[in-house]
Amino acid sequence: MASVSGQMAAAPAARATVEAASLHRAIFIGIAVFLAVAPFLLYPVFLMKVLCFALFACAFNLLLGYGGLLSFGHAAYLGTASYICAHTAKVWGVPPEVAILLGTASAAVLGLVFGSLAIRRQGIYFAMITLALAQMVFFFSLQAPFTGGEDGIQAVPRGRLFGLVDLSSDTTLYYVVATIFLAGVLFIYRIIHSPFGQVLKAIRDNEPRAISLGYATNRYKLVVFTLSATLAGLAGATKAIVFQLASLTDVHWTMSGEVVLMTLVGGMGTVFGPMVGAAVIVTMQNYLAHLGAWVTVIQGVIFVICVMLFREGIVGVLAKRLKRPL
Amino acid sequence: MFELLGIPPQALFGQLLLGLINGSFYAILSLGLAIIFGLLNIINFTHGAQYMMGAFVAWMLLNYAGIGYWWALLIAPLIVGATGIVIDRLFLARLRDLDHLYGLLLTFGLALIIQGLFRNQYGVSGLPYSIPPELAGGRNLGFMFLPNYRGWVVAASLAVCLATWFVIEKTRLGAYLRAATENPTLVQAFGINVPRLITLTYGFGVGLAALAGVLAAPIYSVNPNMGADLIIVVFAVVVIGGMGSILGSIVTGFGLGLIEGLTKVFYPEAAATVIFVVMVLVLLIKPAGLFGRAA
Repeated sequence: MASVSGQMAAAPAARATVEAASLHRAIFIGIAVFLAVAPFLLYPVFLMKVLCFALFACAFNLLLGYGGLLSFGHAAYLGTASYICAHTAKVWGVPPEVAILLGTASAAVLGLVFGSLAIRRQGIYFAMITLALAQMVFFFSLQAPFTGGEDGIQAVPRGRLFGLVDLSSDTTLYYVVATIFLAGVLFIYRIIHSPFGQVLKAIRDNEPRAISLGYATNRYKLVVFTLSATLAGLAGATKAIVFQLASLTDVHWTMSGEVVLMTLVGGMGTVFGPMVGAAVIVTMQNYLAHLGAWVTVIQGVIFVICVMLFREGIVGVLAKRLKRPL
Repeated sequence: MFELLGIPPQALFGQLLLGLINGSFYAILSLGLAIIFGLLNIINFTHGAQYMMGAFVAWMLLNYAGIGYWWALLIAPLIVGATGIVIDRLFLARLRDLDHLYGLLLTFGLALIIQGLFRNQYGVSGLPYSIPPELAGGRNLGFMFLPNYRGWVVAASLAVCLATWFVIEKTRLGAYLRAATENPTLVQAFGINVPRLITLTYGFGVGLAALAGVLAAPIYSVNPNMGADLIIVVFAVVVIGGMGSILGSIVTGFGLGLIEGLTKVFYPEAAATVIFVVMVLVLLIKPAGLFGRAA
């Protein structure tokens, strides 16, 4: 009897999951179509900036929204990958795809090391440790000779993709960046909906219970931390090729704060929220750039408003209206 | 003139003194963070901005109202502490039942606002604040020259830290505070106004940060960014010491200041990162922190 009612309860739940999956597929196709036509409507460099930050925010959200771990030092992975990518492309002269891979790999290693340190403490301490470790990376980048200190690494060559495709054209590069972005977010989507992702959500919601069910929660946390850092690195390395620049801005704590803000505005723990949040914040920065230090104040105000009144974020509110997970 | 490991003693003791001064700021700030965390369960990201506000209020008192250092030492923490109480009533009080992550995000946003506003108004070059005439000059201790003001900062910080420890560990008010940290519901049931206690605690922690700011003003120039980087170091100090013990915070703060000073003498390149390296070592050896209870 119990199993029958269990099955009856499971059927609508399964249907909802299938419905959500087809809705998500439709949205992803919509994004792909938009990305294909976007450069005819909008400035490609601006679009590439949005895409890099959107991937960065999605990577961050994988950790915060699905792992329940607030890292306040994600700039370290973005920035390190950006420096390594810029250095290898410029000084070693490797092709862009190798530079991006090397940058991403460096972020993965850094994520593995920092993650294994940070997961030793929980909650508020976790945020403080990740922030402090990222600040260490910032000081290292400030002093290390290869990063160029305050100047950063400038005039990074975009090179030829696979030795064939010249990336000096913004439109060509745009399609490469859009492909990287789509691949990155689909990978994240796959992680979230895998059995691994389910365990992750269980740990987020109730860690002692997940432990009692026999899951080695620390191992899951470390894996998701490393994945998140790796994808943040992919965003950072791509950004270095796009702007032909790696600078201290990418490793500064304000960058770590910005990615938190993007995720918060878009909606923590939603699939599409961080993309929307990144688009909103980057657009805002673009239009308000002439205001100088006021941008910081405005970002602070948005933080306060989001925390006080708008905790679900844009996509979170939409999802509630539509009664569908987004 | 004798030398120690090839370092002239003047340089060595000068850096150690500077380390001790930084250590006193670490100690006062981490103490404030620990007290706030104990009752509110949030990490006050605005702490660095409030330290900066302390220095600025002292500067404003002097330049707009002609009120000197000694009164500023009293008035600035009261003013900044009052703004802290407003912040708690307006914002933090409404977040008490939510995930503590929101408190962190809120105080981070507030720190951005405060630092941005001061930067717009006063620029980033820094404003001078001179040493009070009573503490100008210095004395020769034989092995080193001790500027009076620096000696005063260390002594005053130590006194403030110990007074805070005394209030929390030895007085009735402190007993309420510690009890409310352990079990707020039960303490409320005994007829103590816990919400007010929480608000006042936040105001007190913020006031401590402002006091450190006033003490720092004559040493470092008064600058909108003075608290931003400092607070991250203080976070590392808090991770190293753990927030479980008041004396632990004080010892860790001063100790790390000294370590930083020594690093400046022997290996200056690492001075900016040494505290973070210590944090990594502590996380590897004793994850709960030197004085922390296992979470």
